[in-house]
Amino acid sequence: MAKDLQPKIEAHDFNFFYGQKQALFDINLTIPERRVTAFIGPSGCGKSTFLRSINRMNDLIEGTVINGQMVVDGTNVYDKEVDVVTLRRRIGMVFQKSIPFPKSIYENITYGLTLNESRTKAELDEIVEFSLRRSALWDEVKDRLNHSALGMSGGQQQRLCIARAIAINPEILLMDEPCSALDPISTAKVEELIDELKDTYTIVLVTHNMQQAGRVSDFTGFFLMGSLIEFDRTRTIFTSPSKKETEDYITGRFG
Amino acid sequence: MNNPFRTTRRNTGELIAEWSIRAVASLSIIVIFLIFVFVFREASTLFLGDSDEATPQSAQVSQQDSAPPTASTSEPEVYNPEAEEPEVYNPVAEAPSSGEEGAPGEFIYIATNPAYPHIYNPSTGLIPPDIDAASTEEDVVLGDTLSFTENFFSSTWQPVGEVPKFGIVPLLIGTAKTTLIAILIGAPLGILAALFVAFFAKPWIREIVKPGIELLAGFPSVVIGFFCLVSVASWVQDITGVPYRLNAIVGGIGLSLAVIPIVFSIAEDALSAVPKTLREASLALGSTEWQTAYRVMLPAAAPGVFAAVLLGIGRAFGETMIAIMATGNAPLSTFSPFEPARTVAATIGSEMGEVVWGSEHYGVLFLLGVLLFVFSFGLNAITELYVKTRFIKRFQGK
Repeated sequence: MAKDLQPKIEAHDFNFFYGQKQALFDINLTIPERRVTAFIGPSGCGKSTFLRSINRMNDLIEGTVINGQMVVDGTNVYDKEVDVVTLRRRIGMVFQKSIPFPKSIYENITYGLTLNESRTKAELDEIVEFSLRRSALWDEVKDRLNHSALGMSGGQQQRLCIARAIAINPEILLMDEPCSALDPISTAKVEELIDELKDTYTIVLVTHNMQQAGRVSDFTGFFLMGSLIEFDRTRTIFTSPSKKETEDYITGRFG
Repeated sequence: MNNPFRTTRRNTGELIAEWSIRAVASLSIIVIFLIFVFVFREASTLFLGDSDEATPQSAQVSQQDSAPPTASTSEPEVYNPEAEEPEVYNPVAEAPSSGEEGAPGEFIYIATNPAYPHIYNPSTGLIPPDIDAASTEEDVVLGDTLSFTENFFSSTWQPVGEVPKFGIVPLLIGTAKTTLIAILIGAPLGILAALFVAFFAKPWIREIVKPGIELLAGFPSVVIGFFCLVSVASWVQDITGVPYRLNAIVGGIGLSLAVIPIVFSIAEDALSAVPKTLREASLALGSTEWQTAYRVMLPAAAPGVFAAVLLGIGRAFGETMIAIMATGNAPLSTFSPFEPARTVAATIGSEMGEVVWGSEHYGVLFLLGVLLFVFSFGLNAITELYVKTRFIKRFQGK
């Protein structure tokens, strides 16, 4: 790893079990700060599980067992002292399906802000505009902020979810296949957005779309059967992978 | 003609099943409609033609006709059924010490002393002074001059008497009081229990609590009424020290026991039907479980939760047995929750069995039934028109 990169997220011998079934095997990797890191791999290979382990969303599933360390900013997030609510406020997440709350657009953005602290209306207005501008949505929705978010198009909804996540000013943004339900134009907009956001946030992206990984990411990890096969700069992975499985997957020989 | 889309021969069993489903569905709709027609028709005797004048009189005549023979023949001064007409009034003659003895006597007294129609003290023949004020001569005279409408909206419900009084105001107040108390207790408890089971409870607790509360919905209401009559009434009296053991609070608590399972099970279904992804999205933004439940899941399930509360209200004002047993069942025109109350449903339930067929009283009871119908229709209309449009919008954004 190059010298100018600071490690943000580190996994040390990370194992994950759904009950008896092991989903992740001894994952070791370091995700650099303020870069886009993409995970690719066939369905069920554990990349989403790994992503959801970073902000402990897997805690919601009954009967999961974790072993090993997931270190964010030098702290193991599975330590007893770590408050999961505080952790998640520092790690935003965007899901595969856009999930706007059944509230107005404005309230969707301010939801995360008003949870633990009270802010003035002016502050909220400012953050709403800032977040919507950053997610390239402001011009489209500025006249109907009080309308239901459910009336937006799919692409707009997904960008709203990104706006909602960056409104709470997280340090890390996890994206779990954010474009899999979007049309090419919306996908292009989201990818542009990722490109703009990476100066500010550490972005971790799971994608099925290898072209997307190639286009937007700086680093790429290849997962297969719950193991991290290879992790390197995206250019290296796509041009001269060191493992045979990676090459087979990227050249479309399987998966 | 070789038509590729010609009708193929249908399976006979399928046809029979289809037609029987249609028949049963139509039958059930027709039966419900006929119940409506019946109740409205019985109540309409009060209004149709000149029955405003005719019905009360005929009612009183028939009341006297159907009274025991002693009523129309004996004089109160010589009240002695055994000596006077032993062959007519045999049961008393054979069991003269029966506790029921006062009943025919009371009737005689009322029939022949219109000045004191309501209260009779068999031992002295005098009206007890402390309750004398309850009914006076003026009252009787007033009652005679009241039109039906005035009578109907007066604040006295005394359907049996020289001058029957059918003021439904105390019944409406009683229904409103007990329903309000029941829903104020039942709706929050039911919704909170639903939130707990849907989002907070561990799976094994959910497995126990959910069927447990839903079982309560099938609990016989007479048992709940009995429980309130015996236990809850004592607790309420111990805590508040009210003079009346059975009152609107006790009745409201009893009704809330019937309301909670309904609110719970419908609200829980609505909350569980909210996509789990919404919960994840909220938690991922750093909200606590409670913030998620209260600020995201509950508004998302708002239509179902409102339906649950409205069904609970419907159950509360329609519930009869608990209302009869636990409210004290006295038609008082007071808004105090610590005084006895009587609901519309309880009135129908307790008086319909003894009412003279076709009398004014009978018609009024059916009119109360119509009121219940209209009220539940109104409630559903409010749900459809108001709640589903405006209220939900306020919660979910325009």
